[in-house]
Amino acid sequence: MIAIKATNLTKVYKNKTAVNNLNLSIQQGELFSLLGVNGAGKTTTIKMLTCLIKPTKGDATILGNIIQSNPQEVKKFISVSPQETAVARNLSVQENLELMANIFGFDKKTVDEKVEEMLETFRLKEVTKDKAVTLSGGMQRRLSIAMALISNPQILFLDEPTLGLDVIARRELWTAIEKLKGKVTVILTTHYMEEAEALSDRVGIMADGNLKAIGTVSELLTKTNSNTLEEAFVTIAKKEEVNL
Amino acid sequence: MKLLAFATRNSKEILRDPLNLALGIGFPLVVLFLLTAIQANIPVDLFVIEKLIPGIAVFGLSFISIFSGMLLAKDRGTSFLMRLFTTPLTASDYIIGYTLPLFPMAILQIAISFLAAVFLGLEINFKILLSILVLMPTAILFIGIGLLVGSLFNEKQVSSICGALLTNLSAWLSGTWFDLNLICGWFKAISYALPFAHAVDAGRAAIAGDFTAILPHLWWVIGYAFVILVVSILVFRKKMSGDNQ
Repeated sequence: MIAIKATNLTKVYKNKTAVNNLNLSIQQGELFSLLGVNGAGKTTTIKMLTCLIKPTKGDATILGNIIQSNPQEVKKFISVSPQETAVARNLSVQENLELMANIFGFDKKTVDEKVEEMLETFRLKEVTKDKAVTLSGGMQRRLSIAMALISNPQILFLDEPTLGLDVIARRELWTAIEKLKGKVTVILTTHYMEEAEALSDRVGIMADGNLKAIGTVSELLTKTNSNTLEEAFVTIAKKEEVNL
Repeated sequence: MKLLAFATRNSKEILRDPLNLALGIGFPLVVLFLLTAIQANIPVDLFVIEKLIPGIAVFGLSFISIFSGMLLAKDRGTSFLMRLFTTPLTASDYIIGYTLPLFPMAILQIAISFLAAVFLGLEINFKILLSILVLMPTAILFIGIGLLVGSLFNEKQVSSICGALLTNLSAWLSGTWFDLNLICGWFKAISYALPFAHAVDAGRAAIAGDFTAILPHLWWVIGYAFVILVVSILVFRKKMSGDNQ
């Protein structure tokens, strides 16, 4: 079943086209990575798909719900971990998780169970009572993703989840993300090629607001005669159009 | 439930910022004690406790704007509000969620000011309760101003606008520190075209037991509070539908 379908999705800011006629289809349970340099249109795409900004043209459906006409329904199925760590600073780790679970209307018993599960999954148990503001960058990022997952989303948007993390923190986060594969549809934006390579079922490469190529990592390597995803990315991002 | 969860979070964020609390409750009390001490040595009609306390309460409420404005601006400044915008919370959930925890805080702040005034000689009677009641629309007014400023400006700007400009402006134009009749006519006209002097006069009328004088002033405050709150909701909704457009 299709989780996300974008049709001619376009966003224009004054004279700049941030996203241009994006056509994309993502299956349920798929981990899809959007790669691109700064300003390629990745974050704008995510903002449109999560109903944060309105498309200038085109539309998209999330599990069959049209984003422009039915945003409140869309919001029941999605969750976002924004690029910048998004936690309530003066709340403890547990309180942050409880807040998100309560906003999605879970009963007390479910809230407690979900909080426990997230603390366990994201190895936050030792800092349960600590205020978010006192956590390290890596822990804050783990908390941020745990907050996105506590609502049992069917679709999870991770906007550069490992940006600024050290190697160990990044690997820990990869492990957590890998566990979601098949259960949750994940749309991941990243600058890191090895991250996309390690985690993705399929990769989309954006440049100047256009989706230049889409396919599995091996498909992209074959098409561009490259040995690494980085090489393939550079080739694709610099070319006008690549048909896959 | 979701609204309550958000409102509880906002209460915690404010209450866990001790500097804000100390400033918001402590500073008006310091001013109250200072002016009362001046009154004890150099009697000034305006600083008699019955006339002074409604002005101090209104001055104290201006700090509520800092709480609401800073909280909203901080949330907008980080990605936290962006995260919440992708949840099923609606625009009215946000506005009520930001207002709800601040209203009891405002009432508590007024009550603390009046309690301090009792220790300084204010007679205990039902008119104190009436005055507190009369000041409630002023609390809504200042919460609304904070939400409006917090929706439009960043944390630093809110700090300047609400922390410096609003607290001073509302104090000078309220007739608390000096008699507005002593300054040229345009100053008084501006003061009474704004809600702050009306808020203080309504509070004073309640304390004095001049009940017929309350409503004419109170309508000004209620009108301003309503307009400011509606404008802040509209601005917030606009921001919510595309802060980054």
